Amino acid sequence: MNMIRTALVAGVVAVTASMTFSSANAAGDAPHAPEHHWSFSGLFGTYDRAALRRGFEVYNGVCAGCHSLRLVAYRNLMDIGFTEAEVKAIAADVDVPAEPNEEGEIEDRPGIPADKFKSPFANENAARASNGGALPPDLSLIIKARLNGSNYVNGLLTGYTDAPAGEEVPEGMYYNANFSGHLIAMAPPLSDEGVDYADKTKATVKQQAEDVVTFLTWAAQPELEERKRMGIKVILFLLLMTGLLYVLKRRIWADVH
Amino acid sequence: MAQFQKPGWLDNGLVRWVDHRLPIFTFVSHELYEYPTPRNLNYWWNFGSLAGIILVIMIVTGITLAMHYTPHTAMAFDSVERIMRDVNYGWLLRYIHMNGASMFFIVVYIHMFRGLYFGSYKAPREILWILGVVILLLMMATAFMGYVLPWGQMSFWGATVITNLFSAIPLVGDWIVTLLWGGFAVDNPTLNRFYSLHYLMPFVLVGVIVLHIWALHVHGSNNPIGIDTKGEQDVIPFHPYYTVKDMFGLGVFLVFFSLFIFFAPDYLGHPDNYIEANALATPAHIVPEWYFLPFYAILRAVPANFVGEWATAWMGLVFIEAKLAGVLAMFGSIAVLFVLPWLDRSPVRSSRFRPLYKWFFWIFLIDCLVLGYVGAKPAEGVYIAIGRVATIWYFAHFLVIIPLLAKFEKTKDLPKSISEPVLGGGGGSASAAASKPMEKV
Ligand code: HEC
Ligand code: HEM
Repeated sequence: MNMIRTALVAGVVAVTASMTFSSANAAGDAPHAPEHHWSFSGLFGTYDRAALRRGFEVYNGVCAGCHSLRLVAYRNLMDIGFTEAEVKAIAADVDVPAEPNEEGEIEDRPGIPADKFKSPFANENAARASNGGALPPDLSLIIKARLNGSNYVNGLLTGYTDAPAGEEVPEGMYYNANFSGHLIAMAPPLSDEGVDYADKTKATVKQQAEDVVTFLTWAAQPELEERKRMGIKVILFLLLMTGLLYVLKRRIWADVH
Repeated sequence: MAQFQKPGWLDNGLVRWVDHRLPIFTFVSHELYEYPTPRNLNYWWNFGSLAGIILVIMIVTGITLAMHYTPHTAMAFDSVERIMRDVNYGWLLRYIHMNGASMFFIVVYIHMFRGLYFGSYKAPREILWILGVVILLLMMATAFMGYVLPWGQMSFWGATVITNLFSAIPLVGDWIVTLLWGGFAVDNPTLNRFYSLHYLMPFVLVGVIVLHIWALHVHGSNNPIGIDTKGEQDVIPFHPYYTVKDMFGLGVFLVFFSLFIFFAPDYLGHPDNYIEANALATPAHIVPEWYFLPFYAILRAVPANFVGEWATAWMGLVFIEAKLAGVLAMFGSIAVLFVLPWLDRSPVRSSRFRPLYKWFFWIFLIDCLVLGYVGAKPAEGVYIAIGRVATIWYFAHFLVIIPLLAKFEKTKDLPKSISEPVLGGGGGSASAAASKPMEKV
């Protein structure tokens, strides 16, 4: 009885507190991102392997022209089903600076799987110079760096529309319904049939956005599948242990009550 | 019925040999097997031991993280990401540590509100309570500095805002801020000293917690009806009764904790902290971690120049900057907890026998949640007004309501003892019913 009351009070306080809290991070004024059901959401969610592969194709073919992915290594692609040979070939496609040679000169060498994804620009100034002064952010953590990240980026990529009548869009800016302030310096990166998917999936903008978001979510949370799998086991174990402890507690306390 | 027996293993030869030279086993037996605990403690009494266990979890995960973390502005952010991606189970360590800080505050806040509800801060437990407030302060400092370590945007800007507060202190303020920074802005020296202190403070915490428990074991736990234990029939030995109850509570808590670690690891954090610190780009809203929000609200509630004008106009005092007034209010909100045992002179501890205080307790709890809500909002519009009212209520609760209640509240009759909690009339005034009046300081 006592325990039930305690649990009730705790529950009410927790709910109120969590409402208080949710409001905390929603303090921003970005438009609300449209909801989408992802393969990786929910307790048992895992990344759709085919979407990951297509998402890599979109990143590599489109976004990589402007955005780095500096925390991810080519070898990590093996975790999501690329073969070693494929990864070697992908890595070898880029040239990276080698160690100084015997004359002390630094030459380029082909990339290897242990290299991190090569950044498109040498430094921030170069990136800004090529993008009309705006900086394309690194995408390794973009999903975690935005509230409700997967839905947000998906909304952003599919949110380009014509500006409402009367609204002036300055040179070099684009109107995006899902960007805070609506004016973004990134030109619409996706177009229908903008990439040729190896698996022949029809490359609509919607499809590409979903695929690249899945890929970027993996880039930000490569541990997600292992984490959820372990979580299920840990919680089942804890529930069992806690149940047994409850029985033990009742027995030990039997002579007091 | 529960017996207070020395455990059998005390008769073991080796144990006796050691114990004769260092009576550590006698100590354990005394504090666990023979330690009398009120028999009527409810589940709100689980949270103290939970807090201790979380501290151990924090120290273990923290030391392991420290093996992989690099305290340098150019490398800190990446080293944390390396922990997340390349260190075996690094993500698990980090998510435990990160969410553990939040769990620590949840548990400690519940522990404190428990104390407020059941009057656990009253004689003879004033020092125990004060040590608790010291623990809270140390935890806050530890968590604040820990949050700076991953060197994200909120790390950097939070550190900048909070350290800048100290500049409001007259005369020595700027000197203190320079000392905290190790320079003229939050930079590498700041990160280094925060890391060093973040590693140190949990061990200081351990020390203060030992004192806290020492003080606890002198008079034993308070209990839900708040009267002193009167003899054998009111108490049971801590082990096995409360050890098993605490273990069960720990199990429930770990399920709750695990839901965050495994299924919502970033729910309690701020997305901006996944953007590397950048001194040239100020985030749109700088908000502290959720557990600081009520205090942040109090800080911002003091109207610009209000105190200054008031003070100069009415009292001819020296001008006090609004910023200083805000800082004073924030620290005052904790300082007032130190003197609470002397603000509340009501002889009755438990709210169960204080019909008015009980209501004010709940209002106060809601007030704190409101402050937390306001702390998360930008300081504009209606939030300013709500924040001010809630701040005034916070202080009024301690400085006006509690002293007045102690004088005028008509408390209910107290039971004679814990083992006969249901008792008809006859008690007379509350203080008279307590057969042993509380010791006065
Ligand atoms: C032509 C260069 C270019 C390409 C290609 C490009 N982007 Fe961008 N992107 C930018 C620039 C520039 C910005 C900064 C915009 C700003 O700050 O207004 C940006 C910003 C972003 C942002 C951050 C928006 C925010 O909330 O701040 C995301 C997410 C993003 N891009 C995703 C992508 C994805 C995914 C792709 C590939 C499908 C892509 N971009 C392709 C140039 C590019
Ligand atoms: C009172 C106990 C402690 C509290 C409340 C606490 C709190 C925190 C917080 C809030 C963070 C930031 C979380 C994040 O975003 O990563 C953090 C990080 C960190 N803490 Fe602690 N901590 C405690 C004990 C310790 C101890 C004992 C150590 C080491 C001896 C330690 C080492 C670290 C390290 C290395 C980091 C940075 C790595 C990371 O960002 O995850 N902590 N701590």
